[in-house]
Amino acid sequence: MAGNLELLSSVLAGAKAEGRAALVGYLPAGFPTVDGGIRAVTAMIEGGCDVVEVGLPHSDPVLDGPVIQTADDIALRGGVKIVDVIRTVREAHAATGAPVLCMTYWNPVDAYGVERFAADLAAAGGAGCILPDLPVEESEVWRKAAEQHGLATVFVVAPSSKDARLAKITAAGSGFVYAASLMGVTGTRESVGREAQDLVERTRATPAARRGLPVCVGLGVSNAEQAAEVAQFADGVIVGSAFVKQLLAHEGDLEAGLAGVRELAGDLAKGVRA
Amino acid sequence: MSSDFFIPDPEGHLPSTEGYFGAFGGKFIPEALVAAVDEVAEEYEKAKADPEFARELDDLMVNYTGRPSALTEVPRFAEHAGGARIFLKREDLNHTGSHKINNVLGQALLTKRMGKTRVIAETGAGQHGVATATACALFGLECTIYMGEIDTQRQALNVARMRMLGAEVIAVKSGSRTLKDAINEAFRDWVANVDRTHYLFGTVAGPHPFPALVRDFHRVIGVEARRQIIERAGRLPDAAVACVGGGSNAIGLFHAFLPDESVRLIGCEPGGHGVESGEHAATLTEGTPGILHGSRSYVLQDEDGQITEPYSISAGLDYPGIGPEHSYLKDAGRAEYRAVTDDAAMQALRLLSETEGIIPAIESAHALAGALELGRELGKDGLIVVNLSGRGDKDMDTAARYFGLYDAPADDAVEADDTDATDTALGAHQEGTK
Repeated sequence: MAGNLELLSSVLAGAKAEGRAALVGYLPAGFPTVDGGIRAVTAMIEGGCDVVEVGLPHSDPVLDGPVIQTADDIALRGGVKIVDVIRTVREAHAATGAPVLCMTYWNPVDAYGVERFAADLAAAGGAGCILPDLPVEESEVWRKAAEQHGLATVFVVAPSSKDARLAKITAAGSGFVYAASLMGVTGTRESVGREAQDLVERTRATPAARRGLPVCVGLGVSNAEQAAEVAQFADGVIVGSAFVKQLLAHEGDLEAGLAGVRELAGDLAKGVRA
Repeated sequence: MSSDFFIPDPEGHLPSTEGYFGAFGGKFIPEALVAAVDEVAEEYEKAKADPEFARELDDLMVNYTGRPSALTEVPRFAEHAGGARIFLKREDLNHTGSHKINNVLGQALLTKRMGKTRVIAETGAGQHGVATATACALFGLECTIYMGEIDTQRQALNVARMRMLGAEVIAVKSGSRTLKDAINEAFRDWVANVDRTHYLFGTVAGPHPFPALVRDFHRVIGVEARRQIIERAGRLPDAAVACVGGGSNAIGLFHAFLPDESVRLIGCEPGGHGVESGEHAATLTEGTPGILHGSRSYVLQDEDGQITEPYSISAGLDYPGIGPEHSYLKDAGRAEYRAVTDDAAMQALRLLSETEGIIPAIESAHALAGALELGRELGKDGLIVVNLSGRGDKDMDTAARYFGLYDAPADDAVEADDTDATDTALGAHQEGTK
């Protein structure tokens, strides 16, 4: 069974056709439990996310701030395995029909087996992978497997990326390109700086983006106002830590946490339409 | 250009231009760090070609560090090693008390050349942190050191030294609260502050070019030791022995001997409570290839690629990864790696202290224990060079508790016989910290 790269592309194109940015939500699998996590990811979509990323919790999340580190810790202590992450993708996609990506550090994929991971993710209805610590130079083995299984390869670009690298990275990527709004780790921020807009403009100037590869912005966005601001210049707005915070704030009361996730997704969905 | 102390591996050797030693190495880093890591690589290439860089580093090595370091024969210690001759390469006599200063001074000069004003570093035992804080004091650089919370407790003396030198020390409370987590936190800092900050990486791991660059700054250890042992013993040694955590002092000793096929290269890994107990940090003995902290190498991990928590009595070796060149040397069969338990290392620490008047670091004591075992294998004609990578002052509290060297509190000691009192009052053995 082929993965859902095309579904991802058509959903992002659909948002564009409506004259708005897409809303992309992130939550790690297994948080607060595997079944609770599946409900939370589903709630993000029901609340208004167009696309979701399911995080593969890692023992050493070097690109994540304290909020996602805490969620990863809870998930790993609960015993989440890669097969549970795949199940989360499968059930969230089956329940909603939305494109579901996996966001993961590279070592778990490498350990699980690159071909096996791509095959299992595609079979679960996954749309692709975001690989924040796999630079384009080391990515060939993954891209081959992804292409064969109809999965997107979403690379991250950063404000420090020079123009020549932006061209190289966007040429190798598919689905969309993830523009990190700032130099730093994940986490909510007071404001999204000018850096993000500069990066999006430079990324849009690459041949691949001119041919239609969407540019979505993540890191630091946590509320409807910020989402509206980013939606002015990006094809998609990515929100992660703010969703995790909803569940952490209601620790021990999953229903309240899910309500918070749904409400936040609704607010953000209004933001990207503002 | 000729330099006595800065002796990088010649061009055309490993790693490849992509940073690979065979199947190991590479550059697995977030895009946000690519420009900074590339800048380090470019600046290092320029520095290698600049005679002024070598001159400056040579001057520091001689007049600040105190190189060359001595090679000391330890016959009374060697009596316990089947009569083999054992020589210690005395990196413990360097300024700051370990080999770490070799790499730190080199990278501090690079930091200045890159125009950066702030340095961050990870540290396990605190030796790399102390060396980095020292260089930052010397060069007027702002300095932040990340150290696992457990390590700040078991190496409290070094925390005080770093603060005395003007560095900020941040106790890392995430994960296993040891060296691995200190590196994670340092990477997070670097991503956020890369414009003005150099990450002064402390071992031969991490993304390219760090494994090659750190190795080159430590090659002087083996180059000196090789010359010294030939002068003193009239021949090459049968083996060069060093402890391995990330692997910097070992690669420094081994590298000059790589072409000498008769010289066995033996790395001593932290076996903790024994590899069969599961409580160890013997990465090359028990690990599998994976990616940690920016390069592919052997890693202690589960089948899902989650890094497993290491354990060693030695904070400096308590790391679930290893430099990629060691993985390459292991698979190529050029170097051998053995696990040495906490207890074997502690006994060797005490033996060297009592027979030779040299108190080694617990890290280096793993190499000493390995040498004792190897000496018995080689017999009377054996000739061994051991890298004594650091001195043991920082470990006195751990060692005193381990061997019961503290006086008992007066109240408890009143009725006890002297020996028993010291052995029992504080608990003879300090168990693992987690």
